[in-house]
Amino acid sequence: MASSTRVTFPNKFLPYLLLAPQLAITAIFFYWPASQAIQQSVLREDPFGLSTQFVGLGNFKRVLNDPNYLNSLQVTVIFSIATALIAMAFALLLAVMADKVIRGKGVYRTLLIWPYAVAPAIAGMLWLFLFNPSMGTLAYLLRSTGYNWDPLLNSDQAMLLVVAAASWKQISYNFLFFVAGLQAIPKSLIEAAAIDGAGEMKRFWTIVFPLLAPTTFFLLVVNTVYAFFDTFGIIHAVTGGGPGKATETLVYKVYNDGFVNLILGDSAAQSVILMVIVIAMTAVQFRYVERKVHYG
Amino acid sequence: MASVELTDVRKVYGSSVEAVKGVNISIHDGALCVLVGPSGCGKSTLLRMIAGLESITDGTVKIDTTVVNNLGPAERDIAMVFQNYALYPHMKVYDNMAYGLRNRGMPKQEIDKRVRDAAQILELTQLLERRPKELSGGQRQRVAMGRAIVRSPKVFLFDEPLSNLDAKLRGQMRVEIKNLQRQLGVTSVYVTHDQLEAMTLADILVVMNGGVVEQIGAPLDIYEKPASTFVASFIGAPPMNLVPVTADGSGLVLKDGTRIGAQGLAVPASGAIIGFRPEDLEVSAGTNTHVGGLALDLKVLGVEPVGAESYVYGIIGGERVVVRVAGRSTSQTDDHLRVIVPKEKLHLFNDAGKRI
Repeated sequence: MASSTRVTFPNKFLPYLLLAPQLAITAIFFYWPASQAIQQSVLREDPFGLSTQFVGLGNFKRVLNDPNYLNSLQVTVIFSIATALIAMAFALLLAVMADKVIRGKGVYRTLLIWPYAVAPAIAGMLWLFLFNPSMGTLAYLLRSTGYNWDPLLNSDQAMLLVVAAASWKQISYNFLFFVAGLQAIPKSLIEAAAIDGAGEMKRFWTIVFPLLAPTTFFLLVVNTVYAFFDTFGIIHAVTGGGPGKATETLVYKVYNDGFVNLILGDSAAQSVILMVIVIAMTAVQFRYVERKVHYG
Repeated sequence: MASVELTDVRKVYGSSVEAVKGVNISIHDGALCVLVGPSGCGKSTLLRMIAGLESITDGTVKIDTTVVNNLGPAERDIAMVFQNYALYPHMKVYDNMAYGLRNRGMPKQEIDKRVRDAAQILELTQLLERRPKELSGGQRQRVAMGRAIVRSPKVFLFDEPLSNLDAKLRGQMRVEIKNLQRQLGVTSVYVTHDQLEAMTLADILVVMNGGVVEQIGAPLDIYEKPASTFVASFIGAPPMNLVPVTADGSGLVLKDGTRIGAQGLAVPASGAIIGFRPEDLEVSAGTNTHVGGLALDLKVLGVEPVGAESYVYGIIGGERVVVRVAGRSTSQTDDHLRVIVPKEKLHLFNDAGKRI
């Protein structure tokens, strides 16, 4: 790669002007709400919202000692790992399959990308209708095989349902990146490996998969963040966090405590913790996982 | 080590596109066979069919005594060097070379010995721990060679291995490949579009055009006796001059109406094409007709001095030609020169371009 030469602008203010929209968006939609959350997290509001009182780290102490919060943390870990793994594994499988298709390649790809255009809440409703124990088509089929399907009472089944809905939504996105990643691998490498006596499975695991590492790593980060934050709509539509608190993830609890129960201080403290967790996780991913990534 | 035998090999893509139209080549044990031709002539397709990367529509490919048509690339005991080298970018040089041996379940010590021996031959010992992107073009090329030789296969296949290198390195690597192939004595098939590479490397030269073999033979035989006008213009640089002529009662007529003496040439009634190499022309001072030669009038269009020799570009009978002159040429644009082609240096082709 040729080294990039530094661009010099004739006008001193032009670069700042060009950066301004992006900076404004980041400031308004990230820094400002984040600072509000931090401010809110050290205050306690009275039930009628008439006065606020500074409580220091009181909110944090209470949240972290709350068994419901710890439960929610556990739910999030299980939900996120399952969602990210399933979404990525299925997407990779589909991408590898689609890569083998010769005729109608474009049609396959387009069809596989469509689910990404479905809004989270709609996707949630779709899964809800399909699997609702009393009216769901697929739930009916499941029960007719003798399986006791009832995600409204069985917490494991509820978790399975939200994981399925959340990963289904993300598969298209991952698929798109994996397809692009696969296309970037020169065909001659695969041919060379075939001549070198590697069977199809061996070629995939020793050549293709390592060369996809940059894509996989990128998707790992994106999918984790997705599972943590963007799945609110799906959970809200499918289970509402239930049964009990079996599918109440951290971000869902932030919403529930803040906007339903109106415990603003606790909710703000939770969102600050969530922010710290995600920042820490991304840092860890870049620090340790990226080391094993080979950029071609 | 093995012979390679292609019999009536055809390749049809889809239902109608015929890329290779029935090729017969026989390569004896230890020979280096070069397939040369312009792009799209089917030479790479043919190589890939020998490698097993492309299915064979019709005909047979035999390596040693086995028909390999239905064997996978790994089972044919061949090794291939690709144009872009196809090194595994995430593996070190050592692992790149060892990969094929590991896949075949070879014991570790044996792998190590072979990789180090190959590295020694190719002067890669210092680079074994590097990754491909930390190597120069020539070094990558050598690793690709190393990956082929550690396997000690029956046949080496080269798919334009030098075309990604700069001119100087290309010349150097060409000599190295030739020496290595001699030293190892492995039967090889080498694809290139560069006629110089083809001439210098080949034991057996195969000139291809439009999916068919135009001519097979030793490089110098082909140079001296091209079977068609295509071969005549493809092999040799600058290419052979080709001038169409028609016969009438008393002699030959060029395209622009110039009449020349027949000199005993048997030109068919349908016309013919006479060919002569740029170096076979003699520029004569006088206007006398050379005994036993064809005297032609050349109008100079320009002169290109390239150091040891000069190329004089001009027109004979309405056709563009080039003459190679030793040292410097004093000719000026628009000069008229008398050039003589000795009879034994003349090539005659019929109007379909086939040698008479």
